[in-house]
Amino acid sequence: MARTAALGAPAERREGLEKVTGTARYAAEHPLPGRVHARAVPACVARGRITGMDTGPARAVPGVLTVLTHENAPRLAEPEDATLALLQDSEVPHRGWCVALVVAETPEAARAAAAAVRITYDTADHDVVLTPGHPSTHEPEEANGGQPTRCRRGDPESAFAAAPVRVDVTYRTPPLHNHPMEPHASTAHWDRGRLTVHTSSQGTGDVRRVLAGLFALPVDRITVRAEHVGGGFGSKGSPRPDVVLAAMAARYTGRPVTLAYPRRHLPTVVGHRAPTLSRLRLGATADGRLTALLHDVTTHTSPVRSFVEVAGTTSGVMYATPNLSFVHHVVPLDVPSPSWMRAPGEATGMYALESAMDELAGELGMDPVELRIRNEPDREPAGGLPFSSRHLVECLREGARRFGWPRGARRAEGPLLIGTGVAAATYPVMVSPCTATAEARPDGTYLIRVNASDIGTGARTVLAQIAADALGTPLDRVRTEIGDSDLPEAPVAGGSSGTASWGWAVHEACARLLDRLAGHTGPLPERGIGVRADTSGRADAGSTHARHAFGAHFAEVAVDTVTGEVRVRRLLGVYAAGHILNSRTARSQFVGGMTMGLGMALTEGSTVDAAFGDFAEADLASYHIPVHADVPDIEAHWIDEDDPYLNPMGSKGIGEIGVVGTPAAIGNAVHHATGARLRTLPLTPDRVLTALTER
Amino acid sequence: MRSFDYVRARTPEEAVEAFAARPGARYLAGGTNLVDLMKLGVERPTALIDVSRLPLDRLEKLPDGGLRVGATVRNSDLAAHPLVRDRYPVLSQALLAGASGQLRNVATTGGNLLQRTRCGYFQDPGKPCNKREPGSGCGALKGVHRDHAVLGHSPHCVATHPSDMAVALTALDARVELYGPEGARTVDLTDFHRLPENHPERDTELRPGELITGVLLPAALAGAPSAYRKARDRASYAFALASAAVVLRVADGMVTQVGLAFGGLAHRPWRARVAEAAVLGEAATPAVFAGAVDLELAAARPLPDNAYKVPLARNLALDVLTRLAPAPASL
Amino acid sequence: MGSEIQRSETTLRVNGKPHTLLLDHRRVLLDVLREDLGLTGAKKGCDHGQCGACTVLADGRRVNSCLLLAVALDGSEITTIEGLSADGEGPHPLQRAFLDRDAFQCGYCTPGQICSAVGALAEAAAGHPSQVTDPAAPAGRPVALDRTEIRERLSGNLCRCGAYPRIVEAVEDVIP
Repeated sequence: MARTAALGAPAERREGLEKVTGTARYAAEHPLPGRVHARAVPACVARGRITGMDTGPARAVPGVLTVLTHENAPRLAEPEDATLALLQDSEVPHRGWCVALVVAETPEAARAAAAAVRITYDTADHDVVLTPGHPSTHEPEEANGGQPTRCRRGDPESAFAAAPVRVDVTYRTPPLHNHPMEPHASTAHWDRGRLTVHTSSQGTGDVRRVLAGLFALPVDRITVRAEHVGGGFGSKGSPRPDVVLAAMAARYTGRPVTLAYPRRHLPTVVGHRAPTLSRLRLGATADGRLTALLHDVTTHTSPVRSFVEVAGTTSGVMYATPNLSFVHHVVPLDVPSPSWMRAPGEATGMYALESAMDELAGELGMDPVELRIRNEPDREPAGGLPFSSRHLVECLREGARRFGWPRGARRAEGPLLIGTGVAAATYPVMVSPCTATAEARPDGTYLIRVNASDIGTGARTVLAQIAADALGTPLDRVRTEIGDSDLPEAPVAGGSSGTASWGWAVHEACARLLDRLAGHTGPLPERGIGVRADTSGRADAGSTHARHAFGAHFAEVAVDTVTGEVRVRRLLGVYAAGHILNSRTARSQFVGGMTMGLGMALTEGSTVDAAFGDFAEADLASYHIPVHADVPDIEAHWIDEDDPYLNPMGSKGIGEIGVVGTPAAIGNAVHHATGARLRTLPLTPDRVLTALTER
Repeated sequence: MRSFDYVRARTPEEAVEAFAARPGARYLAGGTNLVDLMKLGVERPTALIDVSRLPLDRLEKLPDGGLRVGATVRNSDLAAHPLVRDRYPVLSQALLAGASGQLRNVATTGGNLLQRTRCGYFQDPGKPCNKREPGSGCGALKGVHRDHAVLGHSPHCVATHPSDMAVALTALDARVELYGPEGARTVDLTDFHRLPENHPERDTELRPGELITGVLLPAALAGAPSAYRKARDRASYAFALASAAVVLRVADGMVTQVGLAFGGLAHRPWRARVAEAAVLGEAATPAVFAGAVDLELAAARPLPDNAYKVPLARNLALDVLTRLAPAPASL
Repeated sequence: MGSEIQRSETTLRVNGKPHTLLLDHRRVLLDVLREDLGLTGAKKGCDHGQCGACTVLADGRRVNSCLLLAVALDGSEITTIEGLSADGEGPHPLQRAFLDRDAFQCGYCTPGQICSAVGALAEAAAGHPSQVTDPAAPAGRPVALDRTEIRERLSGNLCRCGAYPRIVEAVEDVIP
């Protein structure tokens, strides 16, 4: 395919100046005249039923407009996603569930009144702890995204039993929280039966569709905007309670309402990465060829909405083996509802697989890079299809060259133990149907309209590049409008599929526009010439090929034997993710993913509180997102792929793969440094020091 | 947060009077913890007496060679002060190991001593906590307590004191100057913070209406080798899992002066008197240090999920002690 | 106790302009900026001094504006991200460096990172040490900022997009 200078260029973010000067407006920053503030009241029992509600003291707080409860809140149609059935009944499925909503003139009054709502409950026993062999364990009908829960090739159990070299290990990952820097927030206002919402969302089209259902409105009476979104990482991938509550409160009070969730409310209401127990059984010949790979996953879900973290599926993508099995089990518990978090399933599952591969390399006395190369498959092991492109081996070799591999023996610097580790990564190629319009203006500029979302990826910029490339015009002639549900319909920014989905439609609209313009004579009409494209039927068509991005991660760590503290000294990723469309923003996404992976490896974890039913870490002082001092120089490189089976740009998703291999690379480096194998994340000082002592 | 009266005091006398006249008042200095707790609904003052502009923002050399730190000296200024860096390095290091640049620019010396535990149950009015609501029970004891106390806790409270600065001041034998309705007094910092016992709601021995006006650093330890080390879940901007502050003078291979305090282990900065007694006058060797620290930590009673704190604290203390002890004369 | 909202007249100089407001005592500086003055560049990421997104300069020092009761700041000089460069001067060199280095993604932590870096550079120039400064370094002299120093000094500003390495480069770019 022909490419101009625009695609792949390191174009600067189009909204950059607004962001660095503080003028970019986010969802809570639309001070409409008369705008008031809503604050949710979370349930403070782990399970039960509301038996009494005294809102008198709250309503008496100066500045309070109203207090909504299940007794007086507007009725909603039954949602697909039951976490949005808010204030509709007296049931409390988990601690933190919204049981009342205060609306007040100021944030201070709303906060004071929320604290003044008096509620009595009839409490019920709760069960929130995920344990192996929990009596409620079962195999669900499907996992996240409708994916199959199991796969079986050959006779994996027998092959494992007969394998000369075996690894049989279980890895644990804790609940994790997305915690985007902008807490979920929405500003809603009703005007003569029309609802307008500014929300912090990865996809305003879905928000509009869900609100239409809940409020029984035609979609054309709703506009949902998300001009700037302060991160999401999955937790803003579907409408969350803030937008429903804001719309409810705005309808009830007749005033524009902002609901900006306090940080402490997020852990229980916007989703989390579910904890996983992954049992990996790897059987191999003495020369390191896999003969059996079995990955058994157990995770939890909530009683409100079933979500199954699909952690085993990538084990069917990575390595050649005649005998393969993965299976998912889920335990419904009285926990807050899990949901998407960056690489949901891939991050947790690949941590387990890639750690187990490191253990197998150890058993074999083989270099872990070599072990992976030796098991390179020629077709996708689970599905049997040929790969559209796969350059994992090249990523491993390039990474090894740049990082300095084969590694030497571990070394000590005084009390520090220094080690290195490697892990592979993969992420599926996903793409959804999308519509877009392209218009040529008489002044020689072009306008691209598509309801894409920029959650920090640089969507405006890369879509302009795609358009400029397709139109053969300089980048500065192209304007893009995104982040508004009145624009041509587009899918969510999720599954690392945004750019592929939106870009395909943009590319097609531009190609059509060129055709139209070729047939046009004379000057353009004042209102320009526009065309529309819709990729339905093609973007969602099945493929003859297995399509995945791949990568290799290398990490160097220093483990302090005095404290058990682990610091990452170097982190390097090499990716094969199709054609990279903007080298500047792509690098930032890869590095960002690796940083989140570093957090998953070392600092992040939420503890389910068995006694109280929620998470012990409710704020950013206790949920440890890595800080500057945790993050070293991080290198991201890529191997540009020419893959004709993807989309007109030849791109694969890049937003999530960075988080996939990083935790295992760091964990493997800790093992190399210390000789201790820790199989539970995160690798915090308590665990590492204990392991060093027991070593 | 309910509405409250606000009074800006110009002198300590005025502050104490304003406080006495308003039942339910609190003193406001930097506010980095108080405002945080007010937003959480943990602190519910009827009035704030703003003491941040009292003329207590200076460090003075005392005639005896010690140092007086005014209560409203900001943490960042205290950490950067040449006299502190030169004579009491452990204090500067402890301050810089805590919080963030922004918080240190605002938090005061007095406020730092009075900051309250970061126990998650204390901070959540929806859960039981004897410190916040006496008689409601200890949530942490049956809940999540990995970060909690291993020393000096009671069945009523297993919270830890969060300050780094206070740990250094404890090792330094600092004294706290107080001013209240009954006049001025000075107490040893070691006696200032309390163990929870039956009254975890009381963090300190501060009397009603009393105000911290300053901290005294003794001349005796000025210039003694000292250092602070802290272990935590991330490289910066996190509370201590455990920490150790050490002041150590050695002459002819023998310990002549020692101050050792632990952070993150107890309801107050833990002055390791037992260990100090065991090293004072002894040879400054790793074996002596280890024996002494083990003796101190023998009193630890870890909870089910925080036993790691004992070896962690041990390692920290030994690391700093060994580092401060002059290497034995080589042959 | 009365149920009325207690207020006081308070004067703040924000980005060079004086504002006298009758403020609810509960109102923190961050909410004054965002709700009363329409300056939404300072962000509310946690509202408890745990993320740094609300960082502004108060009398020249970087602070978490979410924890400062505005009434207690009467007479203070506040500089926000919107006021870092004078009108008509174009972006501040650090803002330009953030653009050049792609030192942000979602942009929500960015104003706080930039204000914090401005404050941190001034602190280092004034001789303030950090946790990673050699304790033996002479007191009172400017501290040279290598990457380790920059990282430590900016650790009060969280970034979930993981732009840290780029932010450090951007700060390096403006160190004289």
